Amino acid sequence: MIFEVFRQERKGQPFAHAGSLEAPDAAFADAWAREQFGRRGESEGLWLVPRDAVHRITEWADEFDLKYRRVDGYSIKARLRAARERAGTLGAEEVSGA
Amino acid sequence: MDARTQEFLSYIQEGGQAEATDWLPEEYRQKLIKFIEMHANSELMGVLPEREWILKAPTLQRKLALTAKVQDEVGHAQLIYRVVEDLGKPRDQMFADLISGKSKFHNVFHYPTHTWGDVGVIAWLVDAAAIISQKALLKCSYAPYARIMKKICWEESFHILHGRDVILAMMTGTDAQRELVQEALNRWWGPLMQFHGNPISREEDPMYVWRIKSQGNEEARQQFLEGYVPQIWELGLTVPDPNLRRTDDGVWEYSEPDWAELKSVVTGHGPRSQDRLAFRARFLEQEKWVRDTVLAA
Repeated sequence: MIFEVFRQERKGQPFAHAGSLEAPDAAFADAWAREQFGRRGESEGLWLVPRDAVHRITEWADEFDLKYRRVDGYSIKARLRAARERAGTLGAEEVSGA
Repeated sequence: MDARTQEFLSYIQEGGQAEATDWLPEEYRQKLIKFIEMHANSELMGVLPEREWILKAPTLQRKLALTAKVQDEVGHAQLIYRVVEDLGKPRDQMFADLISGKSKFHNVFHYPTHTWGDVGVIAWLVDAAAIISQKALLKCSYAPYARIMKKICWEESFHILHGRDVILAMMTGTDAQRELVQEALNRWWGPLMQFHGNPISREEDPMYVWRIKSQGNEEARQQFLEGYVPQIWELGLTVPDPNLRRTDDGVWEYSEPDWAELKSVVTGHGPRSQDRLAFRARFLEQEKWVRDTVLAA
């Protein structure tokens, strides 16, 4: 059985993927992970996750083009220019299109 | 090269990284397996020259420190072999290929350790040369390998400290102790200069093209010389190369390393190659029941 090992280096930090190990069961994995990732006190905590238990998502559909939820979904620059033009607050160089 | 492979190559050449679950071009996968497997083999075989000295270490502290180093290196081998397994090569096959000589391990682990001076030089300078290569792997295009390299580099830094401490203890000791260090340095200098490989340009190095390595061989060697020759000199040791000098523009010049020796050694013709492989084969057989029992649990 393959266990993915996630390691937290300091309290409050995220658990980051640190490697994997093969063990027949959780008890073996526990003993091995302590030795491999904690024997110098370098870890605050470890998460051992059987690889099969990891539900992966890597495909991202966007059928409805929901770009208003993203930073690239807004054309602020063009709109701001139009608004300032209307308000008469554009600088001379900006008006000439520089 | 098909369009999909070309796209992948451009992606990693621009600094992109791949995961185990991504589609990988077959050529890239094979190159990764070859490179990473040799690294794992080197960690596993690299403990044998040092292991001999656990029984002969001069003090209890040194014995414990050396045992800890051996444990670290075997731990590295375990992590690295796991990465290769995920690329599709079973561990049994890797051990079989190691023992039959089909796969390789680094040149420096084919030599004998004559004295405690050799143990110090290995831990200090061989590990220093290795950490230069390994730090460059932190940027490897294959992310699972790059990630485990953090732990490996961190632990290697202890080994350099341990090695330097061993060397400093001897260099502040008797004339006979100082002589042991100089003799060991004389023995190891040739293999150390061969360690980073022949100076082909990185663009011609397939391992660089696929961004498995992030630096060329000569860059690594120059970094080693720049970092460590001054440290060797300041202890009053002599580097056994009359042509070694640093030019005004900061480039190190040196005698041509013996590339024929490198080739001969890594293909299994080094002074200890066959002994060490026989040792590994014997222990694999002897400990088979442990693996069988554990994995059947």
